[in-house]
Amino acid sequence: MNPPATPATGSGRIRTPLPFPTAAKPAVADTQLRANLHRATRTIRAKRARVVDEVPDWEALRDAGSAIKADVQRRLPELLEQFEASATAAGATVHWARDAAEACRIVVALTQAAGADEVVKVKSMATQEIELNEALEAAGIAAYETDLAELIVQLGEDTPSHILVPAIHYNRGQIREIFQRRMADAPTDLSDEPAALAEAARAHLRRRFLSARVAVSGANFAVADSGTLVVVESEGNGRMCLTLPETLISVVGVEKLLPTFTDLEVFLQLLPRSSTGERMNPYTSMWTGVTPDDGPQTVHIVLVDNGRSAVLADPVGRPALSCIRCSACLNVCPVYERAGGHAYGSVYPGPIGAILSPQLTGVADNASLPYASTLCGACYDVCPVKINIPEILVHLRQQAPHPAAERATMRVLSWVMRSPRRWAAALRLARAGAGPLGAYRQRRTGARTLRRLPWPASAWTRSRDLPLPAPQTFRDWWGKQ
Amino acid sequence: MTARDEILARLRTALADNPPPVQVPRRYRRVDDRADLIGTLVDRLEDYRAVVHHGIDALPRLLSEVDRLAVPTDVPAEWLAGYAGQLHRDAPPLSPAALDALDAVLTGCAVAVADTGTIILDAGPAQGRRALTLVPDRHICVVRTDQVVGLLPEALTRLDPRAPQTWISGPSATSDIELNRVEGVHGPRRLEVVLIGLGT
Amino acid sequence: MRIALFITCVNDLAYPGTGIAVTRILRRLGHTVEFPTAQTCCGQMHANTGYRAEAMPMVRNYVDVFDSYDAIVAPSGSCTAMIRDQYPHLHAPAASVAARTYELSELLVDVLGVTDVGAEFPETVTYHPTCHGLRMLRLGDRPLTLLRNVRGIQLVELGDAEECCGFGGTFALKNPDVSTAMLTDKCARVRDTGARVLAAADNSCLAHIGGGLDRNRSGVRAMHYAEILAETGATS
Repeated sequence: MNPPATPATGSGRIRTPLPFPTAAKPAVADTQLRANLHRATRTIRAKRARVVDEVPDWEALRDAGSAIKADVQRRLPELLEQFEASATAAGATVHWARDAAEACRIVVALTQAAGADEVVKVKSMATQEIELNEALEAAGIAAYETDLAELIVQLGEDTPSHILVPAIHYNRGQIREIFQRRMADAPTDLSDEPAALAEAARAHLRRRFLSARVAVSGANFAVADSGTLVVVESEGNGRMCLTLPETLISVVGVEKLLPTFTDLEVFLQLLPRSSTGERMNPYTSMWTGVTPDDGPQTVHIVLVDNGRSAVLADPVGRPALSCIRCSACLNVCPVYERAGGHAYGSVYPGPIGAILSPQLTGVADNASLPYASTLCGACYDVCPVKINIPEILVHLRQQAPHPAAERATMRVLSWVMRSPRRWAAALRLARAGAGPLGAYRQRRTGARTLRRLPWPASAWTRSRDLPLPAPQTFRDWWGKQ
Repeated sequence: MTARDEILARLRTALADNPPPVQVPRRYRRVDDRADLIGTLVDRLEDYRAVVHHGIDALPRLLSEVDRLAVPTDVPAEWLAGYAGQLHRDAPPLSPAALDALDAVLTGCAVAVADTGTIILDAGPAQGRRALTLVPDRHICVVRTDQVVGLLPEALTRLDPRAPQTWISGPSATSDIELNRVEGVHGPRRLEVVLIGLGT
Repeated sequence: MRIALFITCVNDLAYPGTGIAVTRILRRLGHTVEFPTAQTCCGQMHANTGYRAEAMPMVRNYVDVFDSYDAIVAPSGSCTAMIRDQYPHLHAPAASVAARTYELSELLVDVLGVTDVGAEFPETVTYHPTCHGLRMLRLGDRPLTLLRNVRGIQLVELGDAEECCGFGGTFALKNPDVSTAMLTDKCARVRDTGARVLAAADNSCLAHIGGGLDRNRSGVRAMHYAEILAETGATS
C-alpha cells in the first residue's frame, strides 16, 4: 500500500540563512553595491519600458500568458504525462526528481555514465536552486559555468544576486579584478571595457566548448504537446552547450510546461521584452528529443518537484508557479534596489523570491521574506504573467510565525479598535497624554514631534521625527460644531 | 512508489480544490497589419547590429572577403557563383575544431520575423545542422522576401516543433556587465543578412 | 446624496486638519457631510501585517457604520484601497459598501464632477503619488487635476515620483535600514524640486517623508492635498 502523497516542501539554496532585515543591513550600508544596483536597475527599467510601450497589444499578451499558466497549473499532472510521452517518443529520456538531492544524484549518475569528469553549463535557475555544482564537485566532476555573469560569480566564488544577471552587484572594474585574479588565461593588459571583458570570456571558454562531452542546462519552457524544450539566451554559450556535446542533461522544474507549441507565440513575446528589455533575445534554441546527426545524440530531461507541489497546493499562492524568471519585478523593486539579491538568501531574490521561496520551503523557514516589501505594487504592474505579488505577500504574512510581543500588541489594538466606545476612549487618552508633552515639544522645538524614542519605536525615530497626537482629535472638532 | 508516481500523486493532491477550467483569451495580434514588413525587418535587424544587404548581387562581393567558407550540403549553386575561396561543404560533417578554423558560414533560413528582427533556422533547406551556423565567427544568411512575416504568431504557424530550431536576433551579445548591451561573445560576432526577392 | 466621512484612525488621532479640510471643501461645494462617530479603523495594518483574523471585527464594524450611506469619502489612498480591494474578499457582505467608498479625488472628480474646488494657495508645491492610490486605486492624475486648478499654486514635478517612499506600514519598523534608504532618496528628490510644500493623498506616507524632511531640517512642509484644496486665501 502506497503512503498518501502529500505535497512536499523543497530543499537546496532557497532558504534565508539570516532574516532579511539582518542580511539587508550591510548591503544597504555598502555604497559601492548601492551605486552598482542603482545604475543597473535604472538602465534595465528604461529599456524594458521602451520596448513594452511599442507593443500595442501588450496587455492582451499578459492576459493570455497569465491564463495559459493558470491552465497549466490546473492540468499539471496530465500535461507532465503528455510531455513525458512526447519527449520520449522523440528520443529523450525523462527522469523525475522529488527534491534537490534526488535531482543532483540523477545528474551525477548520468554524467558518470557518459564517462565525463567535467560538464559545461548553461545558466539555469533550477540547477542553482538544487545546488548542482556542489554535488558535481563532491562527485569529482568539474562544472564550468559558461554564461558571462555566472562565470563572473563562479570565478569570484560568490553566489548569484539576480535571476537574469547573477553578477549585477559588480561593476566593470570589479569584474576586471575578478578576471585578472582568477582567470588564468586573461590578458595581462585587460581593460574594464565591457567589450574587452566579453572577449576575455570568449577566449577563456572557446576550447572548453569545442571539447565538452556533457552539457547541463535548464529550460525556459517545456512544451507538452511536442516534447520540445526551449532555452532563451544572448551570448551563444547556450547554443554551444546545447549543440556541440554528445550528451545533454536538462534540469526542468515541473511548472515550466506550456500546453502547446503555439503557446510560445505569447511567451516569446513576453519574456525578452520583460527581462533584457529587448524585442527578442539574440538566441533562442529549441530541441525535441534527439535529431539524428544534429546536436547531442543522448538527451536527458530531469523533471524536478522540489517544493513545487507545495506551492501548487495553495490556491492563493499557486500563481507564483506562473513565473517565467524574467526578473522585471526585481528591476523595479525599490527594496531589491537597496538591499540587493543576496539579502534574500534564496536563489530567487526580489519580489518573486519573497513569495516563491517561502512557499517552496514552507513559510516558517523563510518567515522574514513576505515582509521584505512595502506592498508598493510596482512588481505586479510589470509582471508579464500578472502574478499579484502584493496579494500573495499579504496572504503569506497570515501564515508566518509572528513574534510574541507583536502578536500581543496587535491583539490589544484590535480589541480597542473593534469597539467604537473603546476607540473613542483611547483617542481621549492619547490626546490627554500627548497634550502636555506636545505643548512642551512645541515650545522647545517649534513642532509637535518626537525625535528619539526607546525600542521598538526607535526603528522609526532613528531617521524620522514622529508626530504627536493632535491637541484635539477630529471627533473632538466635530463634536464641538 | 517511483519518483514519477509520487510527484504526479502529490500534484493531484495539491489540486484537491479542483480549480475551474480556464478560457485563454487570445486577443493579441496574430497578423501584422503594417504595410512595410521588409522595411521593419531591416530597421529591427540594424537596430541590433546585424548588417543588411539587398539583392543576390551583394553576395559575390561579400564572399570575396571570405577565404574559408562553410556551407550546408544543399546550398543553392547560384549563391556561390564566382566564389573563388576555399569551400567547405558539411559532408562528411565538419568537426567543431574544423568549423572553428573557418572564416564564415553561408546559409538560408526558414522564416524571418519583421517585428522583432528575428531569423529562424530549422535545419530545413539550405540551413544545415545547428553547429554549422554556430562555430564560425561570421554568419551570412540569405533571407527570401517570401520568408518574411510580421509577427511571431505568424512565424510559429510555419514551423515544425520536431525540427531543431535556432532563433537569431542580431549577433551574439551580452548585457551582463552593468546591463549594457555589448555585441560579440560566443556565437558569431558578425551577422550579415542578404535579402533577396522571389525567383532570384 | 448622503455623504459620510471616513476619517481613518491615523487622521482622527494625529491629523484632524485633514478631516476638517475635507468637510470644508464638501460644504463649500454645497454638500452635507456626516461623520458617524461609531467608526474606528479599516483594519489595514492588521490585515497587511498578517493579522487578518484580528482585522475582521473592524471590517464588520465598517460595514455596520457605513452601509446606509450613498457615498463614503476617505482622505487616504491606502485605506480606500484596503476597503475596495480587500474587503470583498474578506467579507462578502462588504462588497456593496466597498464599491461606494471613494478616495477624496475620486469623489470630487468622478462622483461630483468637480475639478475646480475654488481654492487658492500661493505656494510652490510638489506632489508625491502614494503607491496604493497610484497602483491599486489607479487615481491617475485626479489629485493633480484638482491641484492644477488651485489659484496661485505653483506645481513642480517630483523626480522618481512613482517610487515608494519606504513607509509600507509596519515595513518601516521591520526593515528600518531599507526603509531609511528609500526615505533618504525620496527626501532628496523632494528637496531637488525646491518646493516649499510636499503634498500627497496619505498622511501615513506624509508622516514618513515629512518626518524625514523634519529630521533634516529641510524646511519643506508635508501637507495632505485636501488641506491645500480647502485653502481659499480668505481665511489664511
